[in-house]
Amino acid sequence: MTTNYQLKRVDFIFKNENDWEEVLSKSISRTPQELINELISSELKGRGGAGFPTGLKWKLSSEAVNDTKYVICNADEGEPGTFKDREILSRVPFKVLTAMAVCGYVIGAKEGYIYLRGEYFFLQPELNKAINEFQYFCKEINLDFTIKIFMGSGAYICGEETALFESMEGKRGEPRNKPPYPSSYGYMGKPTVINNVETLAHTFTIFKYGAKRFYDLGVQYSRGSKLFSVSGDTPKPGIYELELGMSLADFVDEFGDGDTKAVQVGGASGFLVPRKRFAETAIGFQGKLTGISLPTGGSMMLFNSSRSMFNVLDNYLEFFREESCGQCTPCRVGCQQLLKGIKAVKRGEKNAHYLDKLLRLTETMQYTAKCGLGQSVANSFSSIVENFREEMIY
Amino acid sequence: MNPVSELIKNLADQHGRERHNLLPILQGVVEQEKYLSEFSMIEIARELDLPAAEVYGTATFYSFLEYKKMGKYIIRVCKTITCSMKGKNQIMLAIEDMLKISFGETTPDGNFSLLQTNCLGFCHKAPAMLINNEVYTELTPEKVREILSSYLKKKGGPYDN
Repeated sequence: MTTNYQLKRVDFIFKNENDWEEVLSKSISRTPQELINELISSELKGRGGAGFPTGLKWKLSSEAVNDTKYVICNADEGEPGTFKDREILSRVPFKVLTAMAVCGYVIGAKEGYIYLRGEYFFLQPELNKAINEFQYFCKEINLDFTIKIFMGSGAYICGEETALFESMEGKRGEPRNKPPYPSSYGYMGKPTVINNVETLAHTFTIFKYGAKRFYDLGVQYSRGSKLFSVSGDTPKPGIYELELGMSLADFVDEFGDGDTKAVQVGGASGFLVPRKRFAETAIGFQGKLTGISLPTGGSMMLFNSSRSMFNVLDNYLEFFREESCGQCTPCRVGCQQLLKGIKAVKRGEKNAHYLDKLLRLTETMQYTAKCGLGQSVANSFSSIVENFREEMIY
Repeated sequence: MNPVSELIKNLADQHGRERHNLLPILQGVVEQEKYLSEFSMIEIARELDLPAAEVYGTATFYSFLEYKKMGKYIIRVCKTITCSMKGKNQIMLAIEDMLKISFGETTPDGNFSLLQTNCLGFCHKAPAMLINNEVYTELTPEKVREILSSYLKKKGGPYDN
């Protein structure tokens, strides 16, 4: 089988980081404005899944007036099917630390935190070693910036940026209303840049090689490369750095087991794409691309024809029901009712039309839930129920 | 002084007594005691001058901050999609059979507790589990039995009396 567009492997993220000292010294000899412009022209978008332009994020925080500001690296990687951030932190930690320090220089922050999920506790000793070495160098070049690890304790919702701030402040990880946004009111109410681990690692590449090297990869609106966490029914599960904009058909050609029925793009909060839509689906951020363009934090889960989509949805909903922070009613009650609902339909206690009621419920959740968790349940729910309705019913 | 009170006082000295120091203190107690008793939570509240309800509310939000008595080794088997697809239930059965406890229980000698948890981030090496902070991946029932035996035989371990 041949395709026009080949999957392009890239090797930036895990390439050696031995020159981090040089990259750091060189970067902080430039003006903050230059660095922000570099990031903006690279068109790097956040790699945690939401895809907010990173340059703009840094710019907004740099413009906020406050003596105290923070840089936070979001390493609360909890989305089912994602495991790239752990690899970055264990294989190229200095890239992330360097990027945090450069960010601190740009926005005027002296303190940085890595919010590490409790499940990755075992990364701590090595990471602390790297931080110590890094701090030693910062002192040598008179850069006033400290980095500390803050451990999470097993709550998916704390990956949501404002919930993460609440958690760091010693409270329940319940998301805040936005606005105000972190750029003006973040951790401890101070202007804060919060970036995903991978986003920070990409800024290292951009500061090292210049924006063009990054911008030349990918397609319009989805520039650069991205790490993909590949799992499920695939002969080669693992982490791969690929250029953005690829078609899902090519992805499946490369990673499928020959019997791929559907791919979940973006984890449990993402979308399920059935086989008939592989060719028209591209992986990247929403833009004016023809066809469907799916953003992703990099989780790609493949399912072959031996899997029941009912079980898949059941597993996701149970996940959401447990991980919902319970603060807002649409999400707390919605997740419970969706789970109860699909089970009732499966057992024949409710007729098939009940699925349409549940679809309307997800729509309500999309509009009324306070944060991304409750809003995004609709993504996987509707894409599974609409494409595999028969599997939900009997 | 009660050893738990002393632990809490030391943790507060180390991390500070502000609200934003609460999580590291809770984690410190769990690391030592394996769980947060009502007594610990009240002590923490007193030490940080917070309402006990706030401490309780925060502690019970986080799934890794147990508030029921747990065994020395907490086994957390990942139950999220990929691990579930790749045989999580067989792993659970193997553990339950070997330790003679079911999910949610602790062995009578207080050595092992068996729990399930959400995505551990080892989907490419599923199924996976944690024993305390140690990760074990690409599990099979045979492998799980070997791992548990090694814990049972561990020098200084549960049965090394």
